[in-house]
Amino acid sequence: MDTFAENFLNLDVVGDYVPDLLAGMWITLKLAGIILFFGLASGTALALVRMVRLRLLNLVILVFVDVARALPPLMLMVVAYFGLPYLGLRLNGFAVACIVLAAVLAAFTEELLWAGLSTVAVGQYEAARSTGLTFLQMMGSVILPQAFRLVQAPLLSRIIATTKNTALASVVAVPELLSQANTAQGYSGNASPLTAASLGYLAIMLPMVIVARHYERRQRPE
Amino acid sequence: MNEFAATFFNLEILERVWPLLLHGLTMTAFLSLMIVPMGLAVGLLVALLQSPRAGLRRWAMVAYVDLFRAYPPLVLLIYVYYGLPFFGINTDAFWSVVLALTLNTSAYFAEVFRAGIKGIPSGQIQAARATGLGGGQTMLYIVLPQAVRNMLPDLLSNMLESIKLTSLASVVTLPELLRAARLAQGNSLNATPLIAAALLYLAFLWPLVRLTTRLERRMLAAR
Repeated sequence: MDTFAENFLNLDVVGDYVPDLLAGMWITLKLAGIILFFGLASGTALALVRMVRLRLLNLVILVFVDVARALPPLMLMVVAYFGLPYLGLRLNGFAVACIVLAAVLAAFTEELLWAGLSTVAVGQYEAARSTGLTFLQMMGSVILPQAFRLVQAPLLSRIIATTKNTALASVVAVPELLSQANTAQGYSGNASPLTAASLGYLAIMLPMVIVARHYERRQRPE
Repeated sequence: MNEFAATFFNLEILERVWPLLLHGLTMTAFLSLMIVPMGLAVGLLVALLQSPRAGLRRWAMVAYVDLFRAYPPLVLLIYVYYGLPFFGINTDAFWSVVLALTLNTSAYFAEVFRAGIKGIPSGQIQAARATGLGGGQTMLYIVLPQAVRNMLPDLLSNMLESIKLTSLASVVTLPELLRAARLAQGNSLNATPLIAAALLYLAFLWPLVRLTTRLERRMLAAR
């Protein structure tokens, strides 16, 4: 039991790396913020573009969504980070993580929202248009709020998964929380920095999970 | 354009690294065949233990599900892989991956099972019990068969996610598909192996994505 405390809960070791871990946590939060914003915004935009029903454009969106859902995000990040330099395009790890994870979130958001949009009753569209609203006004104030409510539970799930995936950025050399903890673990020969990082992740994620649980409860007809 | 093809779709290089990629694909398939069934089994167990009456037990199961939904699987994997040796347990990469991903996946499956079981009207259970079936029999013959139909889209999409998660094994140097592709890319100084690996993933997982989308649509339309 003593060896457990010494190797996993060693405050002396953690103390040495607190500045690094905090710096890592800040990068994790920045990654999450950027990815969630751009992923949700572009996913919503894609769903709206799909509403216009241009056949070729919809096919492109459909293929993008399916590919982004089928491939492991880590695979996509590795292709972007190690493959694109062969084209002379060298992106840093932070940019790769942001672009890939935002694109994957956009795909899932588009898919969910599109399903939600097609479920909103036709009468809602007709009524909104007949009061004189433009297409964008109708979408923004009448249809989208209803569609978002229909898919809020799975969307929250996806937001949580995306935030957790920021840890993948450690693979493409972004000094975020996991990467910092892993380095500290290597230097100190002690697993306590990983324990500290775990607590850091739980501090970010648990509130999101509890909120998601609340919404799932509320949505499910019981 | 030719240079592009030579860098990303180089058949000569593909031929050379193909055995390595195939080996990686086999490992990915093997990992998936371990993790998906184990995740399903543990998930079902957790959901069954979560019966609404039992106070402490129910609380413990909710904590299990929330904990692993909140904990990034890569962090869990690294913790298991680098942490367990401090206990004197010599974990190899393979079992670390199986343990970490089963814990993660089972929490998601548990949530799906819990919701599915709850969705069965209590009249069904009362009727089954009234005919003399025991609790276990009622679950096995009456509740689960009906629940599985409703849960199918969620079960499938969780399976898809579990299979994609096996790519994390590359981080602890287990030579699955992604790791094999990285090694091949390093050896050949060419991006073709990465593209080939992505296409292999796509070949196996795209049908699953299509099926999931279709079932999800049907469920949403039925509501």
